[in-house]
Amino acid sequence: MDRLLYVAMTGASQNAKSQAILANNLANVNTTGFRADFAQARSMQVFGDVMPTRVYSMVERPGSDLSPGQLQQTGGETDVAIEGEGFITVMGDDGKEAYTRNGSLFVDELGNLKTSTGLSVMGDGGLITLPLYQKIDIGTDGTISIVGQGQGAETLTQVDRIKLVDPAAGDVSKSIDGLFRRPDGLIEAPAPGVKLAPGFLETSNVNAVSAMTEILSLSRQFELQVKMMKTAEENDETAARLMQIS
Amino acid sequence: MLAALYVSKTGLSAQDTALRTISNNLANVSTIGFKKDRPVFQDLLYQIDRQPGAQASQETQLPSGLQLGTGVRAAGTQKVFTAGGLQVTDNALDVAINGRGFLQVLLPDGNVGFTRDGGFQLDANGQIVTASGDPLQPSLNIPETAQSVTIGTDGTVTVSLAGDTGNTQIGNVQLVDFVNPAGLQAVGGNLFRETASSGAPQEGTPGLNGLGSLEQGTLENSNVSVVEELVNMITTQRAYEMNSKVVSTADQMLQYISQNI
Repeated sequence: MDRLLYVAMTGASQNAKSQAILANNLANVNTTGFRADFAQARSMQVFGDVMPTRVYSMVERPGSDLSPGQLQQTGGETDVAIEGEGFITVMGDDGKEAYTRNGSLFVDELGNLKTSTGLSVMGDGGLITLPLYQKIDIGTDGTISIVGQGQGAETLTQVDRIKLVDPAAGDVSKSIDGLFRRPDGLIEAPAPGVKLAPGFLETSNVNAVSAMTEILSLSRQFELQVKMMKTAEENDETAARLMQIS
Repeated sequence: MLAALYVSKTGLSAQDTALRTISNNLANVSTIGFKKDRPVFQDLLYQIDRQPGAQASQETQLPSGLQLGTGVRAAGTQKVFTAGGLQVTDNALDVAINGRGFLQVLLPDGNVGFTRDGGFQLDANGQIVTASGDPLQPSLNIPETAQSVTIGTDGTVTVSLAGDTGNTQIGNVQLVDFVNPAGLQAVGGNLFRETASSGAPQEGTPGLNGLGSLEQGTLENSNVSVVEELVNMITTQRAYEMNSKVVSTADQMLQYISQNI
């Protein structure tokens, strides 16, 4: 049996994996602060003794698209979006720092500042806990000021500052829970240059049109692989017929 | 089967939830004291097919692995407590809260419910009740001989009685506030209930300690912005269409392979 069939088969199965990455991007087209994943294929040659013809493909997710999404005005006093590059630091389920672009925040019953997905936001000195307040204001550099309960507007006090970081693109990668982390385990230093837009949320940065186009093109590629499998089958049949004694 | 099929299915059901939230917001665009919901989406777990940085051999490492996302889920809805516009009705028993806080009403099951809907009426006993008949807490009775009712910005309720030149104070309207109003449970009927996530209610006099003041003869409109909801509806619909397109593409791929091999 011709090994052509196996080469075509890996092509088709790797296409199906790329398709899953793109489908995940499209499923998250409305997820606040979502970063699209890239999908790429690499050729993996397995040359034997004779003709060097066997090159299999292997799909990888080399990284995530870190380009900013659109800013959407919400007017919420604890909604923030990051303008340009950077991340908000939260505490992941493992108790270590993780980074997210989801700036939809709220204050829970104990005064802890959390993201809408329930992760505690980190400040310059650990987790952010706010006293009882009647008005909260988050500045463009992440500074949180509040007017305490029962006090006038003249008592606006600065309580903490959201830890904003700006790691180099190669330093962070997406973990299995969708948060960004440093694979080397180091702690990112606060970056004063990261700017917040209070009262806004950042949309997903998935480009729906290009994701759709890629899905269609992958679907055609998949059909080509199947066509090759069909051709391999036909070749086999013809070869078998030659051997028949009629 | 193709993973893309199941991933897109999660996208479809999330957009379905979003549309349901939008339609509920739009349906309540004229509901007094209504606070809109915002759907919160979260990406699901990623499956690691090949670990990035794994040793490809003794000397070499895989530069990038393969992590496959499994879709999206609606993590919840978040009540947005921005203020609605105030509407002047000139009705003596209509009160709006200008600022933070909730009015308390006694529910038939004996619990206290919290509301921003200040469209009150009188029942047969002269008690101040909501449109659904739940009495305001602390309860207030307007005497039969009352000519007019005045509710002050600090919640003081005074009436002028027939044949009496002065005003008589009959009680106070108190407000409560929560640390995390978004954690309140909406139970319908413009009512909210306390939960572990909202924190305990803190009662106070309107206008003091950060509570809003009361405005008599005014009602707070729904905080739903029709334009915003319609725009959200467009993006939700298109996202739904694209996810269903992926489902049909994956279906075509499966069809092609089953017909040709």
